[in-house]
Amino acid sequence: MPGPDALLLAASESNLLAARQMMAFTLGFHIVLACVGVAFPALVLTANYIGLKRNDPDAMRLARRWSKVAAVTFAVGAVTGTVLSFEFGLLWPEFMARFGDVFGVAFAIEGLFFFTEAIFLAIYIYGWKRLGGWAHFWSGVPMFVAGIGGAFSVVAANAWMNTPQGFTLDAAGRVVDTAPLEVLFSPAWVYEVPHMILAAYMVAGFLFASVYAVGMLKGRRDRHHRLGLLIPLTIACALTPLQIFVGDVAARGVADHQPAKFAGFECIQETGPNQTEYLGGICTDDGVKGAIGIPGLDSWLVGFSTDTVVTGLNDIPPDERPPANTLLHLSFDAMVGIGFAMLALAGWLAFAWWRRRDIPATPWFLRAVSISGMAAIVAVWCGWIVTEVGRQPWIVQGHMRTEEAVTEAEGIWFVFAGTMLLYAALGATTILVLRGMARRWREQGEGGEAETPYGPPGGSA
Amino acid sequence: MSKADACAAILWIGATMYAVFGGADFGAGLWDLLAGGAERGSRARARIQRSITPVWEANHVWLIFILVVLWTAFPEVFAAIMSTLYVPLTLAALGIVLRGAAFAFRKSVEGLPARRALGATFALSSVMTPFFMGTVVGAIASGNVPAEGNGAAFSSWLEPLPLLIGALFVASGAYLAAIFLVADSHRAGDSEMEGYFAGRALAAGLVAGALAVLGLVALHADARYVYERLIVEGLPLVIVSMLCGFGVLALLLRRGRRGLRPLAIAAVAAIIWGWGVAQFPYLLPTSLEIAAAAAPDPTLTSVLVVFGVATVTILPALGLLYTLAQRDIVGESGE
Repeated sequence: MPGPDALLLAASESNLLAARQMMAFTLGFHIVLACVGVAFPALVLTANYIGLKRNDPDAMRLARRWSKVAAVTFAVGAVTGTVLSFEFGLLWPEFMARFGDVFGVAFAIEGLFFFTEAIFLAIYIYGWKRLGGWAHFWSGVPMFVAGIGGAFSVVAANAWMNTPQGFTLDAAGRVVDTAPLEVLFSPAWVYEVPHMILAAYMVAGFLFASVYAVGMLKGRRDRHHRLGLLIPLTIACALTPLQIFVGDVAARGVADHQPAKFAGFECIQETGPNQTEYLGGICTDDGVKGAIGIPGLDSWLVGFSTDTVVTGLNDIPPDERPPANTLLHLSFDAMVGIGFAMLALAGWLAFAWWRRRDIPATPWFLRAVSISGMAAIVAVWCGWIVTEVGRQPWIVQGHMRTEEAVTEAEGIWFVFAGTMLLYAALGATTILVLRGMARRWREQGEGGEAETPYGPPGGSA
Repeated sequence: MSKADACAAILWIGATMYAVFGGADFGAGLWDLLAGGAERGSRARARIQRSITPVWEANHVWLIFILVVLWTAFPEVFAAIMSTLYVPLTLAALGIVLRGAAFAFRKSVEGLPARRALGATFALSSVMTPFFMGTVVGAIASGNVPAEGNGAAFSSWLEPLPLLIGALFVASGAYLAAIFLVADSHRAGDSEMEGYFAGRALAAGLVAGALAVLGLVALHADARYVYERLIVEGLPLVIVSMLCGFGVLALLLRRGRRGLRPLAIAAVAAIIWGWGVAQFPYLLPTSLEIAAAAAPDPTLTSVLVVFGVATVTILPALGLLYTLAQRDIVGESGE
């Protein structure tokens, strides 16, 4: 029979798995809404600007409808984001107890941006009728700044977990001094922050465009749909080449700062020069199986020379190697693959626009756009898997192992199961509500919103 | 005042803002719950919805603010509270998700059954969330959260005092909400709703007052340190709260409207600061003091700087939002 210590250990291992899964699940849900929250202001303000500048009723209608969509998605994003700040403490109390005062400053700044976004989003969304056109437009501009600032703060905190600095520990491992600016601007922020902000714009842009692409495939080819497709798609496509450049810088940054993570997702077993870049495949102890290998490319990508020595997993102590290397490898490849597919889509659009001042005529283009939103979301999920699973077993790289951070509370699996049910209902209802709004807009054109929450449709307010 | 004390004061400012404005949003949910059937309650619900639609998300951010300041300035306190009171905190988080989502959805769907289901979810979770938040505060005041964390998962908050504070949170939110709705109805020229909410404000005020007296008895029994400081150092604040409460009562009975909201806000705020004074110098009575729990100096400085920036940027912006909402320039009808 196992002794009490062994049982306790098993319980905390079980908690660790449950807590990691729950964090991944709730973060994966929230990140989609967060992307929309970060990038929505730019999309809606672009449509609003075109509408005001050119006196364009189609662009104005798009901006108004998008702002109604944002009223729903921002609410769901706000509450799922709140859940995450509870989870920090509920799931990772030891992490917070030891390092809350180090990276917390980033979140304090995020609080300012979140306030700004919530306040000006409310003024913008609920100010359409009674604010003057340009006053209303300018009331939306602070939320654009707040979206970017908020993304910076949160991702800077994550960057610090990857490349921690800016604190002094005493002999007992307690934080005795902090340097907040070093925390905010840890080495990884340079590539993580722009990578995520661009990703947010691409998710929101391709997602909004995909809605109109589906509508156009169903034969709704009016100007409203063309504009609804083109505004977000142009923004997303224009940022795609930049994103690929930033992603390339980020991969080199990871190779430099977190060689274990890099070796994990590239599945490099032995340290050495002339590393092969593998596309796809299964990561085994003997290297990648069933992949397309390009000799020397991995070394070249890391140091612009096939002679570049890249650290392999053999130089990482066994208990500090990232787990699930096939998952990491395929997640990384899927993210990069989706990025290049989007680059092709952007090129296609640019070519057609250059030749004919129109979107490509074939329905295949619309089909590609209609799946691009979901593809962008999958790419973001894959990127976060690479970042977070790739850092394991550390929660703070080199300083705190995730197993040290986890709660001793009971019933985590139970709460996780409940959370999955709740979020499934939340996600399904969000989609149903948005589809219902779209259906009503199609049926009744402008206006026609019921005023009372409970009254029969069309009843007195 | 040390930097650590100043950061604790910032926490209390956040708690006051959340209790007043967030609390009123929750209270409005309670009145929605009690408004009766779809037909009969439609006017009250419409009034409630108009009042909270443009402001509830901004008001909700105060909760994030409190959590972030707590874990940044006093990380061990945050961890101790979270690892002990995870049951009521998880339930409060559940309530937050249900309330925010259901409220946003209800506005955006058509059809009575869907609105009714979402409305019920919104209203029930509006009661559940402040109740469990209140039990957390009650458990902290009772000294049931040990400094090293991992305190008793259930007996820490399933005690008379935390449960009473939970009920008090619900009642004080309902009180503030009714007062705000009286003012909103008055401004909209809706005398029927004005009288409707005035009656409810009166009832909620009496219930909150009774709960506060019971809470004092429970405090005497379960939280001796806090009780003894509250009736000495905290006494002026208790008196201010009582006087403001009676002032609101008198105004309601005489149908006075001027000064109603400031007095009601002061009645609630004075109790929150009374709690703070009574706990001083502890954050977790009586195991962890403010100074001992405080983060290193540069972190505290950062929190103070961020708060300074917030007072010159966020507070005016909030004021702008409230002003626009009060003048009906920003609101549901302007969507």
